[in-house]
Amino acid sequence: MLRYEGKTVIELDVNGEKRTVTVRPSDILLDVLRDQLGLTGAKPGCRNGDCGACTVIMDGLPAKSCLVLAVEAVGRSILTVEGLDAGSPIQGAFVAKSAFQCGYCTSGFLMVCHAMLSKYPKPEEHVLEEWLQSNICRCTSYQEIRDAVKSIIQQ
Amino acid sequence: MRYAVGHSIPRKESWAKVSGRAKYTGDLPAHGTFFARLLTSPYAHARILRIDTSGAESLEGVKAVITGSDCPWLFGIMIRDRPAIALNEVRYAGEPVAMVVAVDEATAELGVRAILVEYEPLPFVIKPSEALAEGAVLLHPQLAAYRKVVDEVYPEAGTNIASRYRIRKGDIKSAFSNCDVVVSARFFLPPSDHFAMEVRCAEAAITADGTVLVTTSSQSPYSVRQQLSDVFNIPAGKIRVNVPFVGGGFGGKSSVVLEILAYIASKKLGGKPVRLIISREQDMETAPCRIGLEADIKLGALRDGTLLAAEITYLVDCGAYSDIAPNMAKAIAVDCTGPYNIPNVSCDSLCVYTNHTFATAYRSFAHESQAFCIERAVDMVARKCGMCPLELRLKNAIRSGDYTPTQVLCTPSIIGDLPQCIEKVKLLSNWNGGKPMAVGPNKVRAMGISCLWKTENPPTDAISGALVTFNSDGSLYLNTGVAEIGSGGKTHLAQILAETLKIDAGQVHVISQVDTALSPEHWKTVASFTEYMAGNAVYRAAQDILNQLRANGAEAFKCSADEIEVENGRVYRRGNPSSYIEFKDIVGGYKAQDGSSLGEPVLGRGGFMLKGLTALDKNTGRGRTGPAWTVGAQVVEIEADLKDFSYRILSASSVIDVGAVINPELMRSVVAGGMAMGMSMASREAFFYDEKGLLKTPNLRTYKLMHIGQEPDYRVGFVETPEDGSPYGVRPYSEHGIIGIPAALANALSAAFGKEITSLPLTPEMLWRLWVEGMR
Ligand code: FES
Ligand code: FES
Repeated sequence: MLRYEGKTVIELDVNGEKRTVTVRPSDILLDVLRDQLGLTGAKPGCRNGDCGACTVIMDGLPAKSCLVLAVEAVGRSILTVEGLDAGSPIQGAFVAKSAFQCGYCTSGFLMVCHAMLSKYPKPEEHVLEEWLQSNICRCTSYQEIRDAVKSIIQQ
Repeated sequence: MRYAVGHSIPRKESWAKVSGRAKYTGDLPAHGTFFARLLTSPYAHARILRIDTSGAESLEGVKAVITGSDCPWLFGIMIRDRPAIALNEVRYAGEPVAMVVAVDEATAELGVRAILVEYEPLPFVIKPSEALAEGAVLLHPQLAAYRKVVDEVYPEAGTNIASRYRIRKGDIKSAFSNCDVVVSARFFLPPSDHFAMEVRCAEAAITADGTVLVTTSSQSPYSVRQQLSDVFNIPAGKIRVNVPFVGGGFGGKSSVVLEILAYIASKKLGGKPVRLIISREQDMETAPCRIGLEADIKLGALRDGTLLAAEITYLVDCGAYSDIAPNMAKAIAVDCTGPYNIPNVSCDSLCVYTNHTFATAYRSFAHESQAFCIERAVDMVARKCGMCPLELRLKNAIRSGDYTPTQVLCTPSIIGDLPQCIEKVKLLSNWNGGKPMAVGPNKVRAMGISCLWKTENPPTDAISGALVTFNSDGSLYLNTGVAEIGSGGKTHLAQILAETLKIDAGQVHVISQVDTALSPEHWKTVASFTEYMAGNAVYRAAQDILNQLRANGAEAFKCSADEIEVENGRVYRRGNPSSYIEFKDIVGGYKAQDGSSLGEPVLGRGGFMLKGLTALDKNTGRGRTGPAWTVGAQVVEIEADLKDFSYRILSASSVIDVGAVINPELMRSVVAGGMAMGMSMASREAFFYDEKGLLKTPNLRTYKLMHIGQEPDYRVGFVETPEDGSPYGVRPYSEHGIIGIPAALANALSAAFGKEITSLPLTPEMLWRLWVEGMR
């Protein structure tokens, strides 16, 4: 079994690039992405797994990066909102359907949507609800986020 | 032809936000920054006997430990009653007791945990009615000695009353004796949280020449500057406040709290940059929340439903410190009756101290709470008169020619068109008369309606400004002091600028962040006032630009300025549009064919100051606090299970008289967002306190917000009765979606269960409790 003590240099695979970071065993992925790699798209909203603002994609599935230790992410492929780089149609759909206001929850929602659509290109309503329930938006009515996802499914 | 107003363009900052590149305060790089964390009170009310900071101070990496004795200042925007860090006494659980500054966040947190505090618990009060009772403990025995920052606040020494406002119109005594129907009810609304997704965050540093630099997630950068300047005696010109994107505000970031602490910490470190990080739990418990409200309402009407008299007491529960809450007590006094023509009114609105987290502005400035009480009482009148609640509202709706509670004579510009809003929402919601309908065993569907209105309560001399510069391609930069908190105000301002200059809104770039050193002062990004106040400043800046373009054009075309037309990014002489000069060739002055330089570079500026507003008469409340009202009507439809008290919200409809629709989709989405916030608040959010006065719900595990799948079908419609003196006639609208939703939901549930609901939140458990304890 791998053991990490004190500060350790680890390698993370982020947005298709190998990145080296120095972490303590207790450091969470969210902080390492933000503070060491400057990837501030993932946001802290609760640091408790409850809000989804920190969501990234790990090995194809959404993960709350506040609940993932940086050392747990070694050997996994991590995708953040910066890695979408206007390459996911969900971004344009969010713009077209007013699916954000303050924008603070947006990265997290985009990552959940992106992961869901990769797995279920045409999700049914209950699938969509199940996937997106993990995230909280305080600004929109959710109808807009739902509409944004649907607008891509219909294409 | 419309160039920009009336078009649904996407928000200006759209791609910054969907690419994850929009920077919020906590996203800014922190190399060389020190971090501060807070130790907070575990008691609702206690004396601090002893603080031992030695354990923290001896930790490697801790730079400073700051306690109340280092902070001999009091803060407050109306009454200076709040210490930055508690001194000798804590007045709410969550109040800052010490601050630790360290090389990193983890060390600061270790330091916080190493501090020992000894407390002596004191009696405490949680509800305003308890705080007013004979013999109740006083939160502020020294109330009379506090400095008043504004004139219109009236603390009552020897009590827990921070302020009181009175409205007296007509003669309620004789009016009630003429009434056929009288209802009275007592309401209780607990406080709750703004819960912006971005936790509040602030950073401060002091440069070598003594300039204080603050970066903060704030709706009120100029208020930060003002308060730091006033309390610490720093010239305002030596304070520079920077606000990047703000991850939601809803009023909660209009209060100046963290900025003060960050400044104190930086000062202690000799000006080194310090970022204060608070947890979500502290954002809920330590930083200000929404007010609570208790109310007694008595309404009198004729048998035909005509409302004659209203006798109202509001007890605004402001928590331990007053902040802006006295002004909220005033604001709901001004609008105390709801948007109805009631000739005889008596209202006392009190702001009361209690031992819980202090409150600040919350979307709609207490109107969501006030509307709950009045609109429930109006439904009770309808039930007693045997009338449809919608028809009763239509009958009593305030109209042009009527007088408001503060005796403002209504004109279409001042009051808009509420009857039309009611008629429209009737169609939009498929209003069914308000009678519950059985749809299955133990299942009923019911609808509830609420009207809304709101005017503003700013300082009577609040100001705004706009600066516009041109780029060499002829496009423009719009610079205002409005913070982009999510309400899309800057996109609206760009559209107002574009429309006035007759260009496409795509030509207008907006500066998203605010820097008080670069942007002209804008009072605060609150009260849905961006389009009115900053909008007026932008409109004037556009006029200023047009005048300069005409002057340049006059020189270029060798004619008088009156003959110059400006349109579609071109300047030409009237009657000859085919011979034109493009903006890019004339906004920097004009170079004639013979090589001579003509005209001057164009720089747009516009300023705006509120005019014609007054203080309220202390005895009658007569006066005018805002330029006009925004009115509307909302309907909620639910399906309830009469056996287990669960319910589904099926639809929610709003029709608001917004004066003019600037950006239809933006306005629709912001109103829908307001409705969603109201729905979440009314159906599940509350700050409840245990027997020790501790918050029972300080995190998302226990404080539930709505998530996707729980939302009803939201429908939004508009009425457009222009407001004079506002650009294109637009009215404040961005808070208003929330106002009537709690009331409409409660009215629907009251109809479904055949009981009168008088409190929030409307969880199945609460409904069941009200049922077994006997709802009145
Ligand atoms: S910050 Fe990770 S779920 Fe809220
Ligand atoms: S857009 Fe503000 S929280 Fe979702």
